[in-house]
Amino acid sequence: MSRPVRFNIYQKEADAKTAVSMTEAPEGYTGDGFFTTKLSDVVGLARKNSIWPLPFATSCCGIEFMATMGSHYDLARFGSERVGFSPRQCDLLMVMGTIAKKMAPVLRQVYLQMAEPRWVLSMGACASSGGIFDTYSVLQGIDQIIPVDIYIPGCPPRPEAVLDGFMRIQELVGQESIRRRNSEQYKGLLESYGIQ
Amino acid sequence: MSLTNERIKQRLQEKFGEAVSGFEEQYGMLSFEVPNEMNLKTLQFLYDDEELKFRFLTDLCAVNYPEQEGRELAVVYHLHNLTDNTRIRFKIFTDIKKPDVFTAVKLFSSANWMERETYDFFGVNFVGHPNLKRILNVDEMDYFPLRKEYPLEERTRTDKDDAMFGRGGTMN
Ligand code: SF4
Repeated sequence: MSRPVRFNIYQKEADAKTAVSMTEAPEGYTGDGFFTTKLSDVVGLARKNSIWPLPFATSCCGIEFMATMGSHYDLARFGSERVGFSPRQCDLLMVMGTIAKKMAPVLRQVYLQMAEPRWVLSMGACASSGGIFDTYSVLQGIDQIIPVDIYIPGCPPRPEAVLDGFMRIQELVGQESIRRRNSEQYKGLLESYGIQ
Repeated sequence: MSLTNERIKQRLQEKFGEAVSGFEEQYGMLSFEVPNEMNLKTLQFLYDDEELKFRFLTDLCAVNYPEQEGRELAVVYHLHNLTDNTRIRFKIFTDIKKPDVFTAVKLFSSANWMERETYDFFGVNFVGHPNLKRILNVDEMDYFPLRKEYPLEERTRTDKDDAMFGRGGTMN
């Protein structure tokens, strides 16, 4: 006889109130039929819960990302159901895997094609620092060519780590001032990478 | 197997006499050495000979022997006789200061990319090659990475503590 397998041994009755998760409303002033708050907060709230990731998966870390996208871990729960494969539509560049020096210009090109605001997540030791490939043919960290917002350590990082990294990106996105991309500091950052 | 290593060796010696040397057999595969300028002649003979019929170029690569003065670079040809399922390999040696070797592209079209790869990694200059330029490495690379005088590690890194990686540094 086959072994009885049963998931969800503590079954819960479906309840519409708890099944739908809502985000917290931003701080503001509520009155009769109106609500005032900062534009930045509203925009941040909308952005952070609808990030479109662009997976740039070149090797083993990409496999782990596929698990993250799969039903078990399900990145879609964080508002990223839509994985875009056109940089022009995406907000978040997820670089996963070894980037060979020959690949570097391609990665940079993809970054340049993304519209502002854009974020970059570097997953795994290879993308972050070259990892075990301390060799003449491998780029020693993508931050040599493009600015990176979040690094996920690991070789490969588990899907939980990817989710953690992703949630940190969400945090950044949610808190970002809508003026940041016009600031001198941000322009300086891009300039230091020779962009624009 | 109808074609034995002894027979191959005999045919080669009948044809080229003393010029072929260094016969050895490793794991049943015959390997030998010919002078640098005889590589095409040897390939052609092995191809044309009705008995030997080595008509498939499996691989072409190079080896760097820095300690052998004047013959630092070896170019290795791996050949396959598909009829008798026999493989051989032969080497030519060249000086690293003037690594000129005749190209085998006219004989085997597949040598085109293999020679480019060998040029890319070892800097062997294949004389007569139609398009001798880098194939795998970035075009801007200004050295030949598999020559042993160059370190394998990426040299732009400053954050790695060599002592932690078992190179340089001291134990105390
Ligand atoms: S960090 Fe590890 S798992 Fe990820 S791409 Fe590099 S070698 Fe592969």
